[in-house]
Amino acid sequence: MIELENVAYSYGGGELLTDMTLSVAPGSFHFLTGPSGSGKTTFLKLCYGALQATGGHVRLFDRDVRGLSRDDVALLRRKIGVVHQDCQFLDHLPVTENVALPLTVSGQDPNASDANLKELLAWVGLTSRAGALPPELSGGERQRAALARAVIMSPDVILADEPTGNIDWEMSQRLLTLLVELNRMGKTILVATHDLGLIRAAKAQVQTRVLRISNRRLQMAGADL
Amino acid sequence: MNVDLRNTGRMLKFDERADRVVPPTGFTARLTLFSAFAMAFLAVFALALSLAAGRVADRWGNELAQSSTLRISAPAGEVATQTEAALRVLRTTPGIVDARALSLEEQRALLAPWFGADLPIDDLPLPQLIDITETDDGYDAAGLRLRLAAEAPAAVLDDHARWRRPLIDAAARLRLLGWAAILLIATATAAMVTLAANAALAANAQVIAVLRLVGATDTYIASAFVRRFALRALTGAAFGTLLGIVALFLVPSGSDTAGVLTDLSIQGVGWVWVVLIPPLSGLVAFLATRYAAGRVLEELA
Repeated sequence: MIELENVAYSYGGGELLTDMTLSVAPGSFHFLTGPSGSGKTTFLKLCYGALQATGGHVRLFDRDVRGLSRDDVALLRRKIGVVHQDCQFLDHLPVTENVALPLTVSGQDPNASDANLKELLAWVGLTSRAGALPPELSGGERQRAALARAVIMSPDVILADEPTGNIDWEMSQRLLTLLVELNRMGKTILVATHDLGLIRAAKAQVQTRVLRISNRRLQMAGADL
Repeated sequence: MNVDLRNTGRMLKFDERADRVVPPTGFTARLTLFSAFAMAFLAVFALALSLAAGRVADRWGNELAQSSTLRISAPAGEVATQTEAALRVLRTTPGIVDARALSLEEQRALLAPWFGADLPIDDLPLPQLIDITETDDGYDAAGLRLRLAAEAPAAVLDDHARWRRPLIDAAARLRLLGWAAILLIATATAAMVTLAANAALAANAQVIAVLRLVGATDTYIASAFVRRFALRALTGAAFGTLLGIVALFLVPSGSDTAGVLTDLSIQGVGWVWVVLIPPLSGLVAFLATRYAAGRVLEELA
Protein backbone atom coordinates (compact mmCIF):
# COMPACT_ATOMS: atom_id res chain seq x y z
CA MET A 1 0.00 0.00 0.00
CA ILE A 2 2.65 2.45 1.09
CA GLU A 3 6.24 1.52 0.36
CA LEU A 4 9.35 3.55 1.04
CA GLU A 5 12.66 2.40 -0.37
CA ASN A 6 15.85 4.15 0.80
CA VAL A 7 13.92 7.39 1.01
CA ALA A 8 15.72 10.61 1.89
CA TYR A 9 14.37 14.10 2.26
CA SER A 10 16.46 17.26 2.27
CA TYR A 11 15.38 20.82 2.81
CA GLY A 12 17.38 24.03 2.83
CA GLY A 13 20.65 22.19 2.27
CA GLY A 14 20.21 19.84 5.24
CA GLU A 15 19.08 16.22 5.15
CA LEU A 16 16.08 15.76 7.47
CA LEU A 17 15.44 12.09 6.78
CA THR A 18 17.74 9.47 5.30
CA ASP A 19 17.72 5.85 4.18
CA MET A 20 14.13 5.15 5.19
CA THR A 21 12.71 1.83 4.12
CA LEU A 22 9.24 0.68 5.10
CA SER A 23 6.43 -1.40 3.72
CA VAL A 24 3.01 -0.76 5.24
CA ALA A 25 0.95 -3.91 4.82
CA PRO A 26 -2.84 -3.77 4.36
CA GLY A 27 -4.74 -3.95 7.65
CA SER A 28 -1.71 -3.19 9.81
CA PHE A 29 -1.59 -0.68 12.67
CA HIS A 30 1.64 1.32 12.91
CA PHE A 31 2.77 3.90 15.38
CA LEU A 32 5.55 6.31 14.51
CA THR A 33 7.28 7.92 17.42
CA GLY A 34 10.29 10.08 18.06
CA PRO A 35 11.20 13.35 19.72
CA SER A 36 9.72 16.66 18.57
CA GLY A 37 11.41 17.87 15.39
CA SER A 38 12.63 14.39 14.50
CA GLY A 39 10.69 14.46 11.19
CA LYS A 40 7.48 12.54 11.98
CA THR A 41 5.27 15.02 10.13
CA THR A 42 7.69 15.13 7.19
CA PHE A 43 7.64 11.33 7.08
CA LEU A 44 3.83 11.27 7.02
CA LYS A 45 3.76 13.91 4.28
CA LEU A 46 6.05 11.71 2.20
CA CYS A 47 3.61 8.85 2.81
CA TYR A 48 0.66 10.72 1.30
CA GLY A 49 2.52 12.53 -1.46
CA ALA A 50 2.37 16.04 0.02
CA LEU A 51 6.17 16.13 -0.20
CA GLN A 52 8.43 14.64 -2.84
CA ALA A 53 11.34 12.53 -1.59
CA THR A 54 14.72 13.93 -2.62
CA GLY A 55 16.17 10.42 -2.68
CA GLY A 56 14.86 6.87 -3.00
CA HIS A 57 11.34 5.86 -4.01
CA VAL A 58 7.91 6.31 -2.45
CA ARG A 59 5.26 4.00 -3.90
CA LEU A 60 1.58 4.55 -3.13
CA PHE A 61 -0.67 1.72 -4.20
CA ASP A 62 2.13 0.36 -6.42
CA ARG A 63 2.71 3.67 -8.19
CA ASP A 64 5.96 5.60 -7.84
CA VAL A 65 5.04 9.12 -6.72
CA ARG A 66 8.07 10.63 -8.45
CA GLY A 67 6.68 10.07 -11.94
CA LEU A 68 3.19 11.38 -11.18
CA SER A 69 1.71 14.81 -11.85
CA ARG A 70 0.29 16.78 -8.93
CA ASP A 71 -3.24 15.98 -10.09
CA ASP A 72 -2.42 12.26 -10.24
CA VAL A 73 -1.03 12.40 -6.69
CA ALA A 74 -4.21 14.18 -5.60
CA LEU A 75 -6.27 11.32 -7.06
CA LEU A 76 -4.17 8.78 -5.15
CA ARG A 77 -4.55 10.83 -1.98
CA ARG A 78 -8.29 10.18 -2.07
CA LYS A 79 -7.47 6.62 -1.02
CA ILE A 80 -5.66 7.93 2.06
CA GLY A 81 -7.45 9.66 4.93
CA VAL A 82 -5.32 12.18 6.79
CA VAL A 83 -5.87 13.59 10.30
CA HIS A 84 -3.65 16.52 11.20
CA GLN A 85 -2.75 17.75 14.67
CA ASP A 86 -4.16 21.19 13.79
CA CYS A 87 -6.98 19.51 11.85
CA GLN A 88 -7.13 22.11 9.03
CA PHE A 89 -10.73 22.93 8.22
CA LEU A 90 -12.45 25.45 6.00
CA ASP A 91 -13.60 27.80 8.74
CA HIS A 92 -16.43 29.32 6.69
CA LEU A 93 -18.19 25.96 6.19
CA PRO A 94 -20.14 24.06 8.87
CA VAL A 95 -18.92 20.72 10.22
CA THR A 96 -21.17 18.71 7.88
CA GLU A 97 -19.73 20.34 4.77
CA ASN A 98 -16.18 20.06 6.09
CA VAL A 99 -16.65 16.36 6.77
CA ALA A 100 -18.16 15.92 3.29
CA LEU A 101 -15.36 17.92 1.63
CA PRO A 102 -13.54 14.86 0.19
CA LEU A 103 -16.83 13.89 -1.53
CA THR A 104 -17.27 17.42 -2.85
CA VAL A 105 -13.78 17.72 -4.34
CA SER A 106 -14.04 14.29 -5.94
CA GLY A 107 -17.23 15.34 -7.72
CA GLN A 108 -19.60 13.16 -5.68
CA ASP A 109 -22.86 14.52 -4.38
CA PRO A 110 -22.66 14.73 -0.57
CA ASN A 111 -26.48 14.77 -0.44
CA ALA A 112 -26.50 11.31 -2.02
CA SER A 113 -24.42 10.08 0.91
CA ASP A 114 -26.50 11.94 3.46
CA ALA A 115 -27.34 8.83 5.49
CA ASN A 116 -23.72 7.81 5.51
CA LEU A 117 -22.72 11.31 6.62
CA LYS A 118 -25.20 11.31 9.49
CA GLU A 119 -24.06 7.86 10.54
CA LEU A 120 -20.47 9.03 10.47
CA LEU A 121 -21.20 12.11 12.58
CA ALA A 122 -23.06 9.90 15.07
CA TRP A 123 -20.09 7.49 15.14
CA VAL A 124 -17.71 10.31 16.14
CA GLY A 125 -20.34 11.82 18.48
CA LEU A 126 -20.83 15.08 16.58
CA THR A 127 -24.49 14.84 15.54
CA SER A 128 -25.46 17.81 17.69
CA ARG A 129 -22.54 19.86 16.34
CA ALA A 130 -23.23 19.24 12.64
CA GLY A 131 -24.16 22.84 11.91
CA ALA A 132 -21.37 24.43 13.95
CA LEU A 133 -18.45 26.21 12.32
CA PRO A 134 -14.97 24.74 13.01
CA PRO A 135 -13.81 27.66 15.21
CA GLU A 136 -16.77 26.90 17.50
CA LEU A 137 -15.56 23.33 18.17
CA SER A 138 -13.43 22.16 21.09
CA GLY A 139 -10.06 20.47 20.45
CA GLY A 140 -11.55 16.98 20.86
CA GLU A 141 -14.49 17.78 18.61
CA ARG A 142 -12.14 19.09 15.93
CA GLN A 143 -10.07 15.89 16.08
CA ARG A 144 -13.17 13.73 15.77
CA ALA A 145 -14.49 15.85 12.91
CA ALA A 146 -11.10 15.49 11.19
CA LEU A 147 -11.29 11.71 11.66
CA ALA A 148 -14.82 11.64 10.21
CA ARG A 149 -13.57 13.63 7.21
CA ALA A 150 -10.61 11.27 6.83
CA VAL A 151 -12.81 8.17 6.61
CA ILE A 152 -15.80 9.47 4.61
CA MET A 153 -14.33 8.23 1.33
CA SER A 154 -13.73 4.79 2.89
CA PRO A 155 -10.00 5.09 2.31
CA ASP A 156 -7.74 2.05 2.58
CA VAL A 157 -5.21 3.89 4.73
CA ILE A 158 -5.60 6.42 7.54
CA LEU A 159 -2.63 8.57 8.55
CA ALA A 160 -2.87 10.59 11.74
CA ASP A 161 -0.32 13.19 12.81
CA GLU A 162 -0.31 13.75 16.59
CA PRO A 163 -4.10 13.28 16.72
CA THR A 164 -4.15 13.53 20.51
CA GLY A 165 -1.70 16.41 20.78
CA ASN A 166 -4.25 19.02 21.79
CA ILE A 167 -6.84 16.97 23.67
CA ASP A 168 -7.23 15.52 27.15
CA TRP A 169 -6.70 11.86 28.13
CA GLU A 170 -10.35 10.88 28.08
CA MET A 171 -10.84 12.36 24.61
CA SER A 172 -7.64 10.76 23.30
CA GLN A 173 -8.90 7.34 24.53
CA ARG A 174 -12.15 7.95 22.68
CA LEU A 175 -10.23 8.79 19.52
CA LEU A 176 -8.04 5.72 19.93
CA THR A 177 -11.14 3.56 20.23
CA LEU A 178 -12.34 4.95 16.89
CA LEU A 179 -8.97 4.22 15.27
CA VAL A 180 -8.96 0.67 16.66
CA GLU A 181 -12.49 0.15 15.34
CA LEU A 182 -11.35 1.28 11.90
CA ASN A 183 -8.39 -1.11 12.04
CA ARG A 184 -10.71 -3.98 12.95
CA MET A 185 -12.75 -3.04 9.88
CA GLY A 186 -9.61 -3.74 7.83
CA LYS A 187 -8.23 -0.23 7.47
CA THR A 188 -4.50 0.35 7.60
CA ILE A 189 -3.54 2.86 10.29
CA LEU A 190 -0.35 4.85 10.74
CA VAL A 191 -0.26 7.24 13.69
CA ALA A 192 2.61 9.63 14.41
CA THR A 193 2.69 10.47 18.11
CA HIS A 194 5.00 11.16 21.01
CA ASP A 195 2.25 10.05 23.41
CA LEU A 196 3.64 6.75 24.78
CA GLY A 197 0.50 6.26 26.89
CA LEU A 198 -1.57 6.19 23.72
CA ILE A 199 0.72 3.55 22.20
CA ARG A 200 0.52 1.35 25.29
CA ALA A 201 -3.26 1.68 25.38
CA ALA A 202 -3.45 0.67 21.73
CA LYS A 203 -1.16 -2.33 22.21
CA ALA A 204 -3.57 -3.58 24.80
CA GLN A 205 -6.39 -3.62 22.24
CA VAL A 206 -4.82 -4.44 18.90
CA GLN A 207 -1.63 -5.76 17.36
CA THR A 208 0.61 -2.82 16.53
CA ARG A 209 4.04 -2.16 15.16
CA VAL A 210 5.98 0.75 16.63
CA LEU A 211 8.57 2.66 14.59
CA ARG A 212 10.88 5.34 15.84
CA ILE A 213 12.70 8.12 14.00
CA SER A 214 16.10 8.59 15.54
CA ASN A 215 19.10 10.38 14.04
CA ARG A 216 17.12 10.96 10.82
CA ARG A 217 16.64 7.20 10.37
CA LEU A 218 13.69 4.87 10.82
CA GLN A 219 14.09 2.13 13.43
CA MET A 220 11.94 -0.47 15.12
CA ALA A 221 11.11 0.69 18.65
CA GLY A 222 12.37 -1.25 21.63
CA ALA A 223 10.46 -3.78 23.69
CA ASP A 224 9.70 -1.14 26.34
CA LEU A 225 6.90 -0.04 24.02
CA MET B 1 -4.09 19.92 -25.91
CA ASN B 2 -7.16 17.70 -25.43
CA VAL B 3 -6.52 17.54 -21.69
CA ASP B 4 -6.14 21.32 -21.65
CA LEU B 5 -9.47 21.84 -23.41
CA ARG B 6 -11.15 19.34 -21.07
CA ASN B 7 -9.77 21.24 -18.06
CA THR B 8 -11.01 24.53 -19.55
CA GLY B 9 -14.46 22.99 -19.90
CA ARG B 10 -14.40 21.86 -16.28
CA MET B 11 -13.33 25.30 -15.13
CA LEU B 12 -16.27 26.96 -16.86
CA LYS B 13 -18.84 24.46 -15.62
CA PHE B 14 -21.00 25.96 -12.91
CA ASP B 15 -20.67 24.03 -9.65
CA GLU B 16 -22.34 25.61 -6.65
CA ARG B 17 -20.73 23.28 -4.11
CA ALA B 18 -17.26 23.73 -5.59
CA ASP B 19 -17.71 27.52 -5.57
CA ARG B 20 -18.57 27.42 -1.86
CA VAL B 21 -15.22 25.93 -0.86
CA VAL B 22 -13.50 29.26 -1.44
CA PRO B 23 -14.55 31.82 1.17
CA PRO B 24 -16.02 35.13 -0.03
CA THR B 25 -13.29 37.64 -0.88
CA GLY B 26 -14.90 41.04 -0.52
CA PHE B 27 -12.04 43.37 -1.46
CA THR B 28 -10.79 41.50 -4.52
CA ALA B 29 -14.40 40.97 -5.61
CA ARG B 30 -15.08 44.69 -5.58
CA LEU B 31 -11.71 45.45 -7.21
CA THR B 32 -12.35 43.06 -10.10
CA LEU B 33 -15.92 44.23 -10.52
CA PHE B 34 -14.92 47.89 -10.58
CA SER B 35 -11.92 47.34 -12.89
CA ALA B 36 -14.04 45.44 -15.39
CA PHE B 37 -16.77 48.09 -15.14
CA ALA B 38 -14.37 51.02 -15.73
CA MET B 39 -12.45 49.26 -18.50
CA ALA B 40 -15.61 48.25 -20.36
CA PHE B 41 -16.86 51.85 -20.13
CA LEU B 42 -13.59 53.11 -21.63
CA ALA B 43 -13.60 50.33 -24.22
CA VAL B 44 -17.01 51.49 -25.51
CA PHE B 45 -15.57 54.97 -26.11
CA ALA B 46 -12.37 53.67 -27.67
CA LEU B 47 -14.48 51.48 -29.93
CA ALA B 48 -16.80 54.36 -30.84
CA LEU B 49 -13.77 56.57 -31.62
CA SER B 50 -12.21 53.89 -33.77
CA LEU B 51 -15.43 53.21 -35.67
CA ALA B 52 -16.13 56.93 -36.13
CA ALA B 53 -12.59 57.51 -37.43
CA GLY B 54 -13.10 54.65 -39.86
CA ARG B 55 -16.35 56.14 -41.11
CA VAL B 56 -14.84 59.59 -41.51
CA ALA B 57 -11.83 58.19 -43.38
CA ASP B 58 -14.13 56.31 -45.73
CA ARG B 59 -16.38 59.33 -46.28
CA TRP B 60 -13.52 61.75 -46.91
CA GLY B 61 -11.88 59.25 -49.19
CA ASN B 62 -15.05 58.63 -51.22
CA GLU B 63 -16.21 62.23 -51.43
CA LEU B 64 -12.89 63.72 -52.32
CA ALA B 65 -11.80 60.93 -54.59
CA GLN B 66 -14.64 61.65 -57.02
CA SER B 67 -14.18 65.38 -57.37
CA SER B 68 -11.46 67.77 -58.55
CA THR B 69 -11.07 71.50 -59.02
CA LEU B 70 -9.61 73.42 -61.91
CA ARG B 71 -8.38 76.95 -61.20
CA ILE B 72 -7.98 79.52 -64.01
CA SER B 73 -5.55 82.22 -62.91
CA ALA B 74 -5.23 84.51 -65.94
CA PRO B 75 -5.28 88.27 -66.62
CA ALA B 76 -8.83 89.66 -66.46
CA GLY B 77 -9.29 89.76 -70.22
CA GLU B 78 -8.30 86.13 -70.77
CA VAL B 79 -10.25 84.39 -67.99
CA ALA B 80 -13.40 83.83 -70.03
CA THR B 81 -11.50 82.48 -73.06
CA GLN B 82 -9.36 80.16 -71.01
CA THR B 83 -12.38 78.97 -69.03
CA GLU B 84 -14.18 78.08 -72.25
CA ALA B 85 -11.12 76.25 -73.54
CA ALA B 86 -10.66 74.36 -70.28
CA LEU B 87 -14.34 73.32 -70.19
CA ARG B 88 -14.05 72.00 -73.76
CA VAL B 89 -11.04 69.91 -72.76
CA LEU B 90 -12.71 68.62 -69.63
CA ARG B 91 -15.95 67.64 -71.35
CA THR B 92 -14.05 65.51 -73.82
CA THR B 93 -11.87 63.82 -71.24
CA PRO B 94 -12.79 60.18 -70.45
CA GLY B 95 -13.54 59.64 -66.77
CA ILE B 96 -15.15 63.06 -66.22
CA VAL B 97 -18.92 63.06 -65.75
CA ASP B 98 -19.40 66.78 -65.46
CA ALA B 99 -17.40 70.03 -65.43
CA ARG B 100 -19.02 73.27 -64.33
CA ALA B 101 -17.65 76.78 -63.86
CA LEU B 102 -18.68 78.19 -60.48
CA SER B 103 -20.75 81.37 -60.57
CA LEU B 104 -19.63 84.52 -58.76
CA GLU B 105 -22.28 83.85 -56.10
CA GLU B 106 -20.94 80.34 -55.45
CA GLN B 107 -17.38 81.67 -55.19
CA ARG B 108 -18.60 84.37 -52.79
CA ALA B 109 -20.26 81.68 -50.66
CA LEU B 110 -16.98 79.77 -50.52
CA LEU B 111 -15.12 82.84 -49.28
CA ALA B 112 -17.84 84.03 -46.90
CA PRO B 113 -16.66 81.95 -43.87
CA TRP B 114 -13.31 83.82 -43.98
CA PHE B 115 -14.14 87.30 -45.32
CA GLY B 116 -17.83 87.76 -44.56
CA ALA B 117 -20.88 87.87 -46.84
CA ASP B 118 -20.32 91.49 -47.98
CA LEU B 119 -17.05 90.87 -49.74
CA PRO B 120 -16.81 93.08 -52.90
CA ILE B 121 -15.84 90.09 -55.01
CA ASP B 122 -16.13 92.00 -58.29
CA ASP B 123 -13.14 94.18 -57.33
CA LEU B 124 -10.85 91.26 -56.52
CA PRO B 125 -8.72 89.41 -59.08
CA LEU B 126 -10.15 86.07 -58.11
CA PRO B 127 -9.36 82.99 -60.18
CA GLN B 128 -12.25 81.21 -61.90
CA LEU B 129 -12.97 77.82 -60.33
CA ILE B 130 -14.31 74.83 -62.27
CA ASP B 131 -15.86 71.94 -60.35
CA ILE B 132 -15.14 68.53 -61.87
CA THR B 133 -17.17 65.42 -61.12
CA GLU B 134 -15.46 62.13 -61.91
CA THR B 135 -16.65 58.64 -62.70
CA ASP B 136 -15.88 55.86 -60.20
CA ASP B 137 -12.74 54.96 -62.14
CA GLY B 138 -11.59 58.60 -62.37
CA TYR B 139 -9.52 60.16 -65.15
CA ASP B 140 -5.89 60.23 -66.25
CA ALA B 141 -4.66 63.32 -64.34
CA ALA B 142 -1.24 63.41 -66.01
CA GLY B 143 -2.77 63.26 -69.51
CA LEU B 144 -5.32 65.96 -68.63
CA ARG B 145 -2.58 68.28 -67.35
CA LEU B 146 -0.71 67.92 -70.63
CA ARG B 147 -3.82 68.77 -72.69
CA LEU B 148 -4.64 71.75 -70.45
CA ALA B 149 -1.09 73.04 -70.73
CA ALA B 150 -1.56 73.15 -74.47
CA GLU B 151 -5.09 74.59 -74.69
CA ALA B 152 -5.61 76.54 -71.42
CA PRO B 153 -2.16 77.31 -70.01
CA ALA B 154 -3.58 79.36 -67.13
CA ALA B 155 -5.48 76.34 -65.79
CA VAL B 156 -4.16 74.53 -62.72
CA LEU B 157 -5.66 71.13 -61.93
CA ASP B 158 -6.11 70.21 -58.27
CA ASP B 159 -7.21 66.58 -57.98
CA HIS B 160 -7.29 66.89 -54.12
CA ALA B 161 -4.65 64.17 -53.74
CA ARG B 162 -2.25 66.61 -52.07
CA TRP B 163 -4.48 67.24 -49.05
CA ARG B 164 -6.77 64.24 -49.27
CA ARG B 165 -3.98 61.79 -48.46
CA PRO B 166 -2.95 63.39 -45.10
CA LEU B 167 -6.60 63.57 -44.02
CA ILE B 168 -7.21 59.93 -44.79
CA ASP B 169 -3.91 58.99 -43.15
CA ALA B 170 -4.88 60.97 -40.03
CA ALA B 171 -8.28 59.29 -39.83
CA ALA B 172 -6.69 55.86 -40.34
CA ARG B 173 -4.20 56.57 -37.55
CA LEU B 174 -7.02 57.69 -35.29
CA ARG B 175 -8.78 54.40 -36.02
CA LEU B 176 -5.58 52.51 -35.24
CA LEU B 177 -5.20 54.48 -32.00
CA GLY B 178 -8.73 53.46 -31.04
CA TRP B 179 -7.90 49.77 -31.50
CA ALA B 180 -4.57 50.24 -29.69
CA ALA B 181 -6.51 51.78 -26.80
CA ILE B 182 -8.84 48.76 -26.74
CA LEU B 183 -5.82 46.44 -26.69
CA LEU B 184 -4.29 48.44 -23.83
CA ILE B 185 -7.60 48.34 -21.95
CA ALA B 186 -7.73 44.54 -22.35
CA THR B 187 -4.11 44.25 -21.17
CA ALA B 188 -4.74 46.51 -18.18
CA THR B 189 -7.86 44.47 -17.31
CA ALA B 190 -5.81 41.28 -17.48
CA ALA B 191 -3.11 42.83 -15.27
CA MET B 192 -5.60 44.01 -12.66
CA VAL B 193 -7.49 40.71 -12.59
CA THR B 194 -4.19 38.83 -12.30
CA LEU B 195 -3.20 41.00 -9.33
CA ALA B 196 -6.60 40.55 -7.68
CA ALA B 197 -6.56 36.79 -8.32
CA ASN B 198 -3.01 36.55 -6.99
CA ALA B 199 -4.05 38.36 -3.82
CA ALA B 200 -7.12 36.14 -3.40
CA LEU B 201 -5.12 32.95 -3.95
CA ALA B 202 -2.34 34.02 -1.58
CA ALA B 203 -4.88 34.99 1.07
CA ASN B 204 -6.44 31.54 0.72
CA ALA B 205 -3.24 29.51 1.05
CA GLN B 206 -4.75 27.71 4.04
CA VAL B 207 -7.90 26.86 2.09
CA ILE B 208 -5.74 25.50 -0.73
CA ALA B 209 -3.77 23.38 1.78
CA VAL B 210 -7.02 21.89 3.14
CA LEU B 211 -8.35 21.17 -0.33
CA ARG B 212 -5.12 19.44 -1.29
CA LEU B 213 -5.20 17.43 1.93
CA VAL B 214 -8.61 15.98 1.03
CA GLY B 215 -7.56 15.10 -2.52
CA ALA B 216 -8.54 18.15 -4.59
CA THR B 217 -6.69 18.40 -7.89
CA ASP B 218 -5.09 21.68 -8.97
CA THR B 219 -7.65 21.91 -11.77
CA TYR B 220 -10.47 21.74 -9.23
CA ILE B 221 -8.87 24.37 -6.95
CA ALA B 222 -8.09 26.71 -9.87
CA SER B 223 -11.65 26.31 -11.18
CA ALA B 224 -13.19 27.67 -8.00
CA PHE B 225 -11.16 30.88 -8.38
CA VAL B 226 -11.33 31.12 -12.18
CA ARG B 227 -15.14 30.88 -12.30
CA ARG B 228 -15.50 33.48 -9.60
CA PHE B 229 -13.23 36.05 -11.25
CA ALA B 230 -14.57 35.44 -14.77
CA LEU B 231 -18.14 35.94 -13.52
CA ARG B 232 -17.22 39.14 -11.70
CA ALA B 233 -15.46 40.54 -14.77
CA LEU B 234 -18.43 39.59 -16.94
CA THR B 235 -20.87 41.32 -14.57
CA GLY B 236 -18.72 44.45 -14.17
CA ALA B 237 -18.11 44.70 -17.91
CA ALA B 238 -21.82 44.29 -18.69
CA PHE B 239 -22.70 47.27 -16.48
CA GLY B 240 -19.72 49.29 -17.80
CA THR B 241 -20.77 48.64 -21.39
CA LEU B 242 -24.36 49.59 -20.65
CA LEU B 243 -23.30 52.87 -19.06
CA GLY B 244 -20.91 53.53 -21.95
CA ILE B 245 -23.74 53.13 -24.44
CA VAL B 246 -25.95 55.51 -22.44
CA ALA B 247 -23.10 58.04 -22.32
CA LEU B 248 -22.60 57.75 -26.10
CA PHE B 249 -26.23 58.69 -26.64
CA LEU B 250 -25.63 61.80 -24.52
CA VAL B 251 -22.77 63.03 -26.76
CA PRO B 252 -24.22 65.83 -28.99
CA SER B 253 -24.60 64.57 -32.54
CA GLY B 254 -23.25 66.56 -35.48
CA SER B 255 -24.84 67.71 -38.73
CA ASP B 256 -23.96 66.70 -42.27
CA THR B 257 -20.47 68.06 -41.72
CA ALA B 258 -20.01 65.85 -38.68
CA GLY B 259 -16.44 64.89 -37.86
CA VAL B 260 -14.95 62.30 -35.49
CA LEU B 261 -15.86 64.07 -32.26
CA THR B 262 -19.46 64.82 -33.21
CA ASP B 263 -20.14 61.41 -34.71
CA LEU B 264 -19.25 59.14 -31.77
CA SER B 265 -22.11 56.79 -32.43
CA ILE B 266 -22.17 53.04 -32.95
CA GLN B 267 -23.78 51.97 -36.18
CA GLY B 268 -24.57 48.71 -37.96
CA VAL B 269 -22.11 45.89 -37.34
CA GLY B 270 -20.31 48.13 -34.82
CA TRP B 271 -22.92 46.93 -32.29
CA VAL B 272 -21.53 43.41 -32.62
CA TRP B 273 -18.22 44.68 -31.22
CA VAL B 274 -20.02 46.45 -28.38
CA VAL B 275 -21.98 43.33 -27.46
CA LEU B 276 -18.71 41.39 -27.46
CA ILE B 277 -17.11 43.63 -24.80
CA PRO B 278 -18.59 41.84 -21.70
CA PRO B 279 -17.86 38.26 -22.88
CA LEU B 280 -14.37 39.29 -24.01
CA SER B 281 -13.78 40.84 -20.57
CA GLY B 282 -14.92 37.57 -18.99
CA LEU B 283 -12.54 35.67 -21.26
CA VAL B 284 -9.63 37.97 -20.39
CA ALA B 285 -10.41 37.50 -16.67
CA PHE B 286 -10.68 33.74 -17.17
CA LEU B 287 -7.26 33.53 -18.82
CA ALA B 288 -5.66 35.95 -16.33
CA THR B 289 -7.00 34.05 -13.29
CA ARG B 290 -6.02 30.73 -14.80
CA TYR B 291 -2.48 32.03 -15.29
CA ALA B 292 -2.37 33.43 -11.72
CA ALA B 293 -3.80 30.20 -10.27
CA GLY B 294 -1.24 28.09 -12.13
CA ARG B 295 1.59 30.19 -10.76
CA VAL B 296 0.36 30.36 -7.16
CA LEU B 297 -0.51 26.64 -7.00
CA GLU B 298 2.97 25.85 -8.32
CA GLU B 299 4.52 28.06 -5.63
CA LEU B 300 2.39 26.51 -2.88
CA ALA B 301 3.15 22.94 -3.99
